Amino acid sequence: MGTIGRAFVDALELLFSFDPGLMEVVARTLQVTIGALVIALVLGVPVGAAIGLTRSLPGRALLVPVIYTGMGLPPVVVGLFTYLLLSNQGPLGALGWLFTPAGMIVAQTIIALPLVVGLTMAAVEGIDPALPLQMRALGAKRGQVAVTTLLEARAGVTAAVVAAYGSIISEVGAVMLVGGNIEGETRVLTTAIVLETRKGNFALALALGIVLLGLAFLTNLVFHRLQLRQGGP
Amino acid sequence: MTNAYELTRIRHTYGDRTVLDIPDLRIRAGEILGIVGPSGAGKSTLLRLLNFLEAPTSGTVAFEGRVVEANPPLPIRRAVTTVFQRPMLLRRSVAANVRVGQRMRGAVDEARVEQCMERLGIADLAGAPARTLSAGEAHRTALARALVVRPSVLLLDEPTGNLDPYNTGLLEEIVSQENEERGTTVVLVTHDTFQARRIAHRTALLIGGRIVEIAPTDELYERPKHPTTASFLRGELVI
Repeated sequence: MGTIGRAFVDALELLFSFDPGLMEVVARTLQVTIGALVIALVLGVPVGAAIGLTRSLPGRALLVPVIYTGMGLPPVVVGLFTYLLLSNQGPLGALGWLFTPAGMIVAQTIIALPLVVGLTMAAVEGIDPALPLQMRALGAKRGQVAVTTLLEARAGVTAAVVAAYGSIISEVGAVMLVGGNIEGETRVLTTAIVLETRKGNFALALALGIVLLGLAFLTNLVFHRLQLRQGGP
Repeated sequence: MTNAYELTRIRHTYGDRTVLDIPDLRIRAGEILGIVGPSGAGKSTLLRLLNFLEAPTSGTVAFEGRVVEANPPLPIRRAVTTVFQRPMLLRRSVAANVRVGQRMRGAVDEARVEQCMERLGIADLAGAPARTLSAGEAHRTALARALVVRPSVLLLDEPTGNLDPYNTGLLEEIVSQENEERGTTVVLVTHDTFQARRIAHRTALLIGGRIVEIAPTDELYERPKHPTTASFLRGELVI
């Protein structure tokens, strides 16, 4: 059995032993991921919908390329920016969030937010422009038009959630810089994988990788089932 | 007879292009007014003005005796609804589509929803996803959705375009019934001159954003006063 095969066997043993250290890293990964995802969705979906619905928005020609650029932000640059923001000398240093899960959530939110805004905007723009007109003709208020359009674009909005979730849970550069990969405090699956690989603990690193993929797969399975129930692709 | 609408000195432009130029138009409460004309005549734009979806560039639209400004109050907007040429159904069930207008008003009357679906022959499809409907079923759903909110004014923008004779006849019959039973004012925009002749009490010919002639339907069709009307009704190209 080669190194990779042995690593797989070790990984499965580790997983089914429910090692407390591993469980703790998994729990923190989920905490940071879900925290950042919820904030990004709460802020990003309404903003994306508003931009998608308001084709005549002043400054839109500049705003949209800015959002698209944000969708490709290098995570390590976001990490550096957040580090400077939260460091003692930074404007938000007083919060004491550097090297804490809260700081990691800030960095992950900055990474995920443009994805949520951009993909929601695109999903709403993909809806037939005659639909908001029909809703208004049926007596909808402005907010009702927005909610109805968003619900019609739900398959695309779910795709925005999936993309944001994927970008957060798989991200390593920003959380390494802002969280510091401190055992028992800020270590998450991705930073633990980097550490164990450097130490030569390939089985453990692979086990963590399998857990990470498993989490991503299970969550995406749920999202996909939701899409199917909503009549999406 | 009172007027549902009084349009005075209406000019509506998109950029440099004038799409409507109507010095005076009165639409009587409880009538079916047919508006015929070639494509690009401004018929759909006129309906958007009547549904307060757009405000005229200049001039006034009075509704039930009161001049309506841009962004009118909700009760005025909700007294009028439009069935567009494309049904624009939501990706929900047929029943959910029919009740959407009521849901927006905050109170769903299921008995009324069922009654409208029965009337339009779509009750058996209540639970079916709207995207699986045929063109005729989709148009009937769109009309049910409009009728369920009991509008004072029903605006129809080519409601039977591309429909087979059965569905066309059914929709025309229900529109006429709604007009007779509830006194609903109906404005029917169509390029099908025969349809206007079948159901409209009065008919207007709109060409290039101007009303060429408006008269009781039989009179317009049998004794048109304007030579352009006569040409249009003979099927000749008029611009």
